[in-house]
Order: sequence, then C-alpha cells, then structure tokens
Amino acid sequence: MILITDQPLDPKTLADAVRADSDGAVVTFEGVTRNHNDGRRVEYLEYEAYRPMADDKLQELIDEIKERWEIDAVAVAHRVGRVDIGETSLVIAVSAAHRRPAFEAALHLVDRLKEVVPIWKKEFFEGGEVWIGDPGSERTTA
Amino acid sequence: MKIAIKLFAGLRDRAGTGDLTVELPGGATVADAINAAQHNAPIEWIAPTILMAAVNNEYVDFTSALADGDELALIPPVSGG
Repeated sequence: MILITDQPLDPKTLADAVRADSDGAVVTFEGVTRNHNDGRRVEYLEYEAYRPMADDKLQELIDEIKERWEIDAVAVAHRVGRVDIGETSLVIAVSAAHRRPAFEAALHLVDRLKEVVPIWKKEFFEGGEVWIGDPGSERTTA
Repeated sequence: MKIAIKLFAGLRDRAGTGDLTVELPGGATVADAINAAQHNAPIEWIAPTILMAAVNNEYVDFTSALADGDELALIPPVSGG
C-alpha cells in the first residue's frame, strides 16, 4: 500500500493493512513535524511530491526491503501540503513473523526514502522560509 | 526536438515557473537541456551543484541523450520524511 495525500494520516489504518495472523510483529514509524530545527523555531512545513515518480520510487524501496529482509507486508503513506507542528508527515508500517527484520526494514525504508524519493519539504520558521537541503533557497520574511 | 522540463521546490522558486519547454537539436543531452532551461525561464537561474535529473520517472546521468517528447524532471536535494 502506497498513499500520497494532502489529508491527515492515520497510522492505525496502515498497521491494520499489513497485519496478518502469521505475523508476530508490526512496526509502525511516524515522522512528525517538530517545533524546532537548526536552532530556530519552526512554525509549519509544506511538502510537495513529484508524481507518479514518487509512487514508483516508493514501490522500488518496498521491493528492495522485501528482498533483503524476512518481512510480510509494507505500507507507506506520505503527506503533502501544509503539515503543522505535531502532525504526522510520514507513516511506515512493516509486518513480519519476528520483530528484528520488521524494525530493520522499516529503518532502512525511511533512510532510503530521504535519499531517493522526489518529495521536498519547505520549512516555515520564525522570520523566513527555506527548502530543506537547499540553503540557497532561504528567504527572510521579516 | 521538444523536451518538457519540470522544476520543483527551490528550483521552481528560482525560475518562477514549474514547467518549461525547450527546443533542442537531436542527440542533445540532459546537460544541454539544463543549459537551455536556465535561459528560457522567466527568471534566469543557476542550477545548484547538487541536482539530480530524471527522464520519464527514472534517474539518469547528465550525459544521457534525450529523445523527442521526453519529460525531464530537475530534482533538487530531496527531503521527504
């Protein structure tokens, strides 16, 4: 299951989507908007995705972890648009017969997502805005 | 040949548009398209040093040859999660 949406994410929906009677573990990861970054107060984030490439890359990463670890099912949801402090921008759910591969595969998936999936976040901080990873894009709004 | 170029995130902000079309001679590469795009945008922009390119949804090298009708996406550093 892959979902890219501008609607709030529900981790339980993803956990339920991967759960089967043969599983002994369901790992769910949430990426959450925090109120600070780089010593600045963050007000909110805005995400954008290049679709359908983002969907394709997420599917490739799911295939990659399924090949490398003994896991059962994987679900990924990423939010786009404005995400306020404390809200969830990313949910990953991985089920497996045993806990260790579920944890390792989920961690690998989020690490790789941050490298190759064409999704961007713009940070709106107190006094300005910047695309993360692109310091030249910073603008002050003071 | 006509190449559609999509710009994202900070790159789109720099160029003042997310969609460009460039006309290039046959055999032109991704690097040629980026050069042309920098001059065709409403605002002239400089490609950041860390930039990835994708053609028809797959990452490619800057030396890759383009074909008529390709969609070239210029991808600044990604930051999902």
